[in-house]
Amino acid sequence: MPNTAIQATGLVKWFGEGEARTMALREVSLEAQFGEMVYIVGPSGSGKTTLLSVLSGILRPNEGKVLVEGADIWRLSPDQLADFRLGKIGFVFQDYHLFPRLTTAENVAIPLILKRKNWEEAIHEAEKYLDIVGLKSRAGLAPVKLSGGEQQRVAIARAIAAQPDILILDEPTASLDGDTGHAILSFVHKNILNKDRCILVVTHDDRIYEFATRILNMEDGRLNGLQERPV
Amino acid sequence: MKGILRLAYKLLVNDKSKFTALLLGITFAVFLIMFITSMFSGVLNHASATVINIGASVWVMDPAVKAVFNSVGMPDYVLDAVRSMQGVKYAVPLYSGGALVKLPDGTFQSVTVIGLDDTSLFGRPSLLEGKIEDIYTESGFIVVRDAEFPKLENPHIGSELQLNDHRGVIVGIAKVTTSGLFGAPTLYTTYERAIQYIPNPRYTISYVLVEPKSASDIPQIKKQVEALGYQARTKQEFMKRTADFFIYETGGGTNILIMTAISFIVGLSISGQTFYTFILENLERFGALKAIGAKSRDLVGMILFQATFTAFTGYGLGVGLCALLIALAKLRLPSYAAKMTFSDLLIGLGMVVMIATVSSYVAVRRVLKIEPFDIFRG
Ligand SMILES: Nc1ncnc2c1ncn2[C@@H]1O[C@H](COP(=O)(O)OP(=O)(O)OP(=O)(O)O)[C@@H](O)[C@H]1O
Ligand SMILES: [Mg+2]
Repeated sequence: MPNTAIQATGLVKWFGEGEARTMALREVSLEAQFGEMVYIVGPSGSGKTTLLSVLSGILRPNEGKVLVEGADIWRLSPDQLADFRLGKIGFVFQDYHLFPRLTTAENVAIPLILKRKNWEEAIHEAEKYLDIVGLKSRAGLAPVKLSGGEQQRVAIARAIAAQPDILILDEPTASLDGDTGHAILSFVHKNILNKDRCILVVTHDDRIYEFATRILNMEDGRLNGLQERPV
Repeated sequence: MKGILRLAYKLLVNDKSKFTALLLGITFAVFLIMFITSMFSGVLNHASATVINIGASVWVMDPAVKAVFNSVGMPDYVLDAVRSMQGVKYAVPLYSGGALVKLPDGTFQSVTVIGLDDTSLFGRPSLLEGKIEDIYTESGFIVVRDAEFPKLENPHIGSELQLNDHRGVIVGIAKVTTSGLFGAPTLYTTYERAIQYIPNPRYTISYVLVEPKSASDIPQIKKQVEALGYQARTKQEFMKRTADFFIYETGGGTNILIMTAISFIVGLSISGQTFYTFILENLERFGALKAIGAKSRDLVGMILFQATFTAFTGYGLGVGLCALLIALAKLRLPSYAAKMTFSDLLIGLGMVVMIATVSSYVAVRRVLKIEPFDIFRG
């Protein structure tokens, strides 16, 4: 396996046209390796979520190129792009986006079901991932019955259920108290990160910086000042 | 795909309140349209009751006849002419007209009198009591036991009645479906007695009933009758003509037609609207699925499945409810004119298919437009 997970060059993204045009990304380039947990930090509105979306095949950039494992993702057809997201990327959305009418296990099974696994098999496998995040006993419960930290862990289980190479977490601790957020990132660092996986984290929360292999600073649509951190 | 459809199913039915609202909407719409069309079918069926009861395959009549109960008299030579036509196996006259019966208490009751051909008694009713041959006895009449029967003070065999100042005797009680639309009891007698008892204009034959040698003779019989200045209609054509008269030439029929159209539109918009609301409230879910990696065709499949599932469940409930209500109404009112026909079922089905199609079309368009980025940003 090549060691470079993501290689992005010259990413430009703007929203709106004419007067109302906002530049969200101005010539952003970045590289991330497998085995890394890269943090992107910066003020609100600086373009962090936009960058994650462009890197993960959710938002098409106006200019620039994203290579994931060597393949140029923005040249894929819409169906291929969907398959790319399903197969290679695991998302932990900021507000989790768990399905309230499904059980915890069914929530985790969603990527597997989208991958055409049969239902029973998908649920069975989902329970394995719930076990990994320590929630096996909650498999049959609705997500609303769980605490915020537990919901976050369910979201993580769902993100890793399809065994993605790249995991994307947008503000994973934003709606958690400090200790819980710290525990969860510690868990991700210890149990989810491995040499074949690359994790990108956007955060404001400096209490979880200790888990980063690298911290990139984003400001006004630009990545500047690479903050190297000793692990 | 099976797993994805199961996911769609769970997202739909696990949301109990919305699913119930959806089902109620469709059930109500189906019930409404089924009930109205069934009522309509029932009325039409009753309107053509005489055509069905008599059972002749071809009816010869004056071209001005619009419905079976509005006969126009024809002269006797028509019968003779029809009898000698090519392709005719036999032909008999039928009398159908109204008369007044004087009840023992001195009040009058109008009745429908059907006069059957004296030699063949073609179109004879099936009897509950008495023997059909007794129709030949002096002043013999057969009365139909239907919802109007009590208006003749529940006659029995041997009861006497005064019909246009002639004496009549009940010799049998028959069980046949009658129109029930005009509120008049029905009496059967022979053709000769009918024209003797009931004062008539010059021409007395209401219909000539024809049995063709074979079905393939019908076209040439029609031609020959037309050359004579009259019209031959098959049983189906006559029933259709009677129905058309009701639908297009009476206020009641036209109203029912308009009501059917309105209930169709109301049903469609209520259920379409509810389904669309359901989709709107679940846009975020669809967006999350899209972000995770669902393809457009997965989402389309899910929506189609949800719409179809709801539509057919609602259809079943609506039809069931309608059948139940008709059955209950019939328990209380045996002559209640409502009948769920195959074509009514098809109309209801057509409506739910349309509901499912229109609402999933609108929903699919909306869902395919979701930007997963908006979901991602929160
Ligand atoms: N759909 C959109 N339409 C218009 N402008 C947008 C849209 N999405 C983002 N923007 C703008 O792009 C810029 C970058 O937004 P982005 O969400 O990437 O910032 P962020 O760094 O993630 O901020 P936060 O920390 O608040 O989440 C902002 O100025 C934002 O207003
Ligand atoms: Mg953001």
